[in-house]
Amino acid sequence: MKRYSAFAIAREAFRYHTGWERAWRSPEPKKKYDAIIVGAGGHGLATAYYLGKNHGIKNVAILEKGWLGGGNTGRNTTIIRSNYLQDPSAAIYEKARSLYEDLSQDLNYNVMFSPRGVIMLAQTEHEVRGYKRTAHANALQGVATEYIDARRVKELCPIMHIEGPRYPVLGGLWQPRGGTARHDAVAWGYARACSDMGMDIIQKCEVTGVRRENGKVVGVDTTKGAIDCDRLGIVVAGHSGVVADMAGFRLPIESVPLQALVSEPIKPCMDVVVMANTVHGYMSQSDKGEMVIGGGTDGHNAYTQRGSFHHIEETVRALIETFPMISRLKMLRQWGGIVDVTGDRSPILSKTPVEGVFINCGWGTGGFKAIPGSGWGFAELMATGHSPLTAEFGLDRFREGRFIDESVAAGVAH
Amino acid sequence: MSTRLSQGGRLIDRSAQQGFSFNGKRLKGYAGDTLASALLANDQMLMGRSFKYHRPRGVIASGAEEPNALMNLGAEGKFEPNARATTTPLFDGLEAASQNHFPSLEFDVGALNTHLSRFLPAGFYYKMFIHPRPFWKHIYEPFIRQSAGLGKAPKARDVDTYEHFYAFCDVLIIGGGIAGLQAAKVAADAGLEVMLVEQDPHWGGRAPVDGTGIDGKPAQDWIDTTVAALGDMPNVTLRARCMGAGVYDHGYVLCYERLTDHAPKAAGPRHRLWRVRAKQVVTATGAIERPLSFAGNDIPGVMLAGAVRDYVVNYGVSIGDRTVVVTNNDDAYRTAIALKEAGLEVPAIIDARTGGAGALGDQAKALGIRVETGKAIAKVKGGKRVTGVGICAQAGEGSILEEIACDCVTMSGGWSPVVHLWSHCGGKLIWDDALAMFRPDGDRAPTSHDGNPFVITAGAANGALSDVLADATAQAAEVVSRCGGKTDAAAPTEANTAENAIEPIWLMPQGAAHKLRSKSWLDFQNDVKVSDVQLAAQEGFESVEHAKRYTTLGMATDQGKTSNINGLAILSKELGVDIPQVGTTTFRPPYTPISMGAIAGEARHEIFQPLRKTPMHDWHDANGAHWEPVGHWRRPYCFLRGDETPEKAVHREVLNTREKLGLLDASTLGKIIVKGPDAGKFLDMMYTNMMSNLKPGRCRYGLMCSENGFLSDDGVVARISDDTWLCHTTSGGADRIHAHMEEWLQTEWWDWKVYTANVTEQYAQVAVVGPNARKVLEKLGGMDVSADALSFMGWADGTIGGFDVRVYRISFSGELSYEIAVPANQGRAFWDALLEAGEEFGVMPYGTEALHIMRAEKGFIMIGDETDGTVIPQDLNLHWAISKKKDDFLGKRAQMRSHMADPNRWKLVGLETTDGSVLPDGAYAVGEGTNANGQRNMIGRVTSTYHSPTLGKGIAMGLVHHGPDRMGEVLDFPRVDGTVVKAKIVDPVFYDKEGAKQNV
Repeated sequence: MKRYSAFAIAREAFRYHTGWERAWRSPEPKKKYDAIIVGAGGHGLATAYYLGKNHGIKNVAILEKGWLGGGNTGRNTTIIRSNYLQDPSAAIYEKARSLYEDLSQDLNYNVMFSPRGVIMLAQTEHEVRGYKRTAHANALQGVATEYIDARRVKELCPIMHIEGPRYPVLGGLWQPRGGTARHDAVAWGYARACSDMGMDIIQKCEVTGVRRENGKVVGVDTTKGAIDCDRLGIVVAGHSGVVADMAGFRLPIESVPLQALVSEPIKPCMDVVVMANTVHGYMSQSDKGEMVIGGGTDGHNAYTQRGSFHHIEETVRALIETFPMISRLKMLRQWGGIVDVTGDRSPILSKTPVEGVFINCGWGTGGFKAIPGSGWGFAELMATGHSPLTAEFGLDRFREGRFIDESVAAGVAH
Repeated sequence: MSTRLSQGGRLIDRSAQQGFSFNGKRLKGYAGDTLASALLANDQMLMGRSFKYHRPRGVIASGAEEPNALMNLGAEGKFEPNARATTTPLFDGLEAASQNHFPSLEFDVGALNTHLSRFLPAGFYYKMFIHPRPFWKHIYEPFIRQSAGLGKAPKARDVDTYEHFYAFCDVLIIGGGIAGLQAAKVAADAGLEVMLVEQDPHWGGRAPVDGTGIDGKPAQDWIDTTVAALGDMPNVTLRARCMGAGVYDHGYVLCYERLTDHAPKAAGPRHRLWRVRAKQVVTATGAIERPLSFAGNDIPGVMLAGAVRDYVVNYGVSIGDRTVVVTNNDDAYRTAIALKEAGLEVPAIIDARTGGAGALGDQAKALGIRVETGKAIAKVKGGKRVTGVGICAQAGEGSILEEIACDCVTMSGGWSPVVHLWSHCGGKLIWDDALAMFRPDGDRAPTSHDGNPFVITAGAANGALSDVLADATAQAAEVVSRCGGKTDAAAPTEANTAENAIEPIWLMPQGAAHKLRSKSWLDFQNDVKVSDVQLAAQEGFESVEHAKRYTTLGMATDQGKTSNINGLAILSKELGVDIPQVGTTTFRPPYTPISMGAIAGEARHEIFQPLRKTPMHDWHDANGAHWEPVGHWRRPYCFLRGDETPEKAVHREVLNTREKLGLLDASTLGKIIVKGPDAGKFLDMMYTNMMSNLKPGRCRYGLMCSENGFLSDDGVVARISDDTWLCHTTSGGADRIHAHMEEWLQTEWWDWKVYTANVTEQYAQVAVVGPNARKVLEKLGGMDVSADALSFMGWADGTIGGFDVRVYRISFSGELSYEIAVPANQGRAFWDALLEAGEEFGVMPYGTEALHIMRAEKGFIMIGDETDGTVIPQDLNLHWAISKKKDDFLGKRAQMRSHMADPNRWKLVGLETTDGSVLPDGAYAVGEGTNANGQRNMIGRVTSTYHSPTLGKGIAMGLVHHGPDRMGEVLDFPRVDGTVVKAKIVDPVFYDKEGAKQNV
């Protein structure tokens, strides 16, 4: 792999950029792999990357029905934070956040991780208590957060209107090393690194069946033929239930649309990421200048990647109260993705009833921020059969009632 | 130079001059102008700077597709960034300023980037700025952010208003060109309810400009007649300045009407958002002209051919004195002819096709215009304005055959149907090789709930660039039939000039070398060039979505209206596959950007969400209420007297209630009537307690759990009669619990004979609390409220002080307490009566915080404090409220799961700091060591913590591992800063453990 750098750019500039290689190869599938990952989104690619990097398993194929990074990895609002309440969540999200810190250097690909800070607004007494609780928990979990007062919130985000009238800002939970990253670059950076390790990323290759013998996985059927494997990781957010069904087991998830929107770009006016759970909306400003806005999930189950306008309306209305200036901006584009939501709103990273088949799903509305940590833990689980990062996220928790419920702290914007 | 011609301009009123300013310069235009046409009339070709290289940008289009001419418009509370000059109607006093430059439009230091463009190819930022790590956040990114963005950020609060309208119709037709008008006429004549919307202020679209003849007359005559006829029909709604913005599932369409953007001093809302439900949607949205890709095609003065024609014909504005036309189709010849007829020079038409044009070519030649076929533009000369072109053979590599001096180049790469609205909800496209365009595939239309198609396209939007009316008539007939109607309407006769076929020309010249390709723009706003898309393909970004995201092609404010097809054609050529194999990116709403203000509508400020007020709300407001939002309610947190702090007020309210008499407005408490022969059976399922055996006249405290066993709500249930119960819920929980009940009744137990009604707002409820509670009621007089007549946990109907009341003997404070419900319209009078009568007993209202403290002193749990969605009743030692007699209740099975029955679950205890201070909110108790992920081991947490005015010290409740077995033990609670607070485990009931005070 030719390394990227300012020097490389300068060198290529003088030969009209003819020397740049493909970021990833486009191979035909081999007959057999040690491990197959279904789904070349962020989580699938990160899993493959850490299988190779941490565990030396490099005979890996990543199969993708469409184009890599084209699911929720490429359609989220790019927020990265780890200010979760429950121990298992804080552990995996903070692992992810800390990996994001060095990801550009690790992958030799600028993923533009920008720790600009995340504020979660407290607009009711209940939220004040909830975020103070989270700050206490985070301190013990090794996650740097603090509860800040309204004055400090206003200092960090001057375009915010904190006086109400309906929900005056009372304070907020501040994670200074939370932020954003360029979502596509995360997928592309991992893909390039995986390809460089000799892994095969096979796009436009849809899995149509999971082949099993004696309760153990032996391969998959795809639109490009049958491919054998010893281990299979299913990482297909939005369609997890469909692929699990091919492997013969069911999942406790529902698939629902989640929408987002951007304004037209404007000059920088907001450095931090703000999430307002009482009114259901969150916003940040991208490096291009667009205000990136998200809200809650649609109420209905669906596989089409679009939602109802009512949710857009509610989200925009809520944010105008907190950020009056956006009233005179225009919505440039709205879009939707399909998220898998579990009963406790926490993900599933687990062995399955089929030996050799592992599943990583259920990230709901919050998967992007978890990509490196999810890949790290899931790779460890696939390689060794156990990972402390994923131990609490097993499928068995639903049978045992051992939920990991973040709703108290996370509200809608999980 | 661009200027106003002495005559012409069908849309302007030369008698109505309008003064406006651009970058502070005072200029003049006419009513009917757009900002773009008025600027051009004043020779202001330079209108902005591009996003990445800050290159000078002039207007290239005349409508919604314009990528360049974006303005900061207005000032203060009427400021708007990124307004398209081409769709901004001119008005007297308009203030516009160009964007994205420093220090000025003419001299922008950012333009340095254009000289560095060789070092800034597509995706350069993914490859550099990697080291050293901190530089991205602190140096590189701030620089990139500052140079990106376009318009300024608004600062002042929006002074305009917005509104939402709702409409229902059989057929919604989007686009009021001749196709839309004809479709509307056919549908309306068939008796259908029709709504027709047009984004421009004018009807008829391009037909009058293109010289189309209808029924032997100019198109305008037919347009006028048809609009007048439609206007007279009661079943037709016509809206101009109203854009179809988005098509959603089940015939739901968003339309965006700009009511006063053209007259900002007019009264009324600025924008109106229409939410239309239509049985059928016709998109008659026309087509957008494509640029051609040649070197220097971004220099100001290079424009789309149709736009140049629009400016001449519609606004009487010439772009230049000498215009070179470059094309791959016949339509651009119309521009040459229009210019010539306006007395302007057209030195040459450069037609890339070897065969040239048909009849229009002959017409042009007859006017003396030189036509060069098989030729192309090798380069455009000029910096901030075109000065000439070099022409070459299209088949070659660009060696210049001749240079022609000109001050305008007008280009046409063919027309792309506007398929956005067709595509929003899943309509598919097919590639039409003959017409070189993606057009809607009628066989794969968006389908509604019944699986039938609900969108159809008509006219140019359907690929019918000629014989528009015939197509519109046919499509409208189909729509009429889908709506169950009949029509035998015939299309008017449309005079069309026969045209030679378009020849797809995606790069000019065909063999252009890198040097030319890197100056051939695809996306003018985002600075994406042919070479960038080629680089994306070379690097493996083969999916059209990858190429888009890698190069930012089509991601600008115009969303690729002019650039997408050209870009994906380049991509397909580079990949060696056909265009349809590459496909398009996803079309998403809105068609053009719509204001956030319009999306939010009327709901602003106080009423941005429904605001619920209790009957006593105004009294609270007038008497120092310190408000706290609770759901959509606002409740007094406390009542401030003088310059009291909230803490002091709460202290006063607690002590007064404990010692004398307190009043709480409890009207927000949820009240749900459950009635019917199966009501008892139903409530036994909803609550963990047994409710069916509650006696009429009695109350019982009940718990509700989710299916997963977690405690979700609590409240007092009163049995009103044999078949009627009244369930109290938490204030925030009323709607949720009512919905929860209905969900079970409607989806699982639909055969049970139970009705529920949420009567929360039918009653005002006042808690009369404290040692003097009975005295004040007896003073008011009426029903017997003695302990014998109305014992603890009983209720009775009667009158007090002349009011019809229902009195519950329940207490959430531990004091003698009556919760008294009166009809809502009596609430304020009853409250006033209590205050007046209570004067001598030391009456004082109290707020939610005093309520919380008093319940905590009593060890009562609070939903949302002691519970958080992870707590089961057993954790809170509420076993007594879980019936063991019942076979089942919601949550019972869940509570039998292994983790729920685990003896290691944290349990409720009281906590007292060793020094009497208040434990920090939400603090955790730590044990020894760390877990497998290196986190400190936690053994408990604080759920509620207060200073108790009654006890004069801090009190708290918490959940602790084996807590109830560890009474007296002292735990460590670290603060966020690492310092530790020590607290002892105690009984959670801090006050009146025997309950002597409440049961008197």
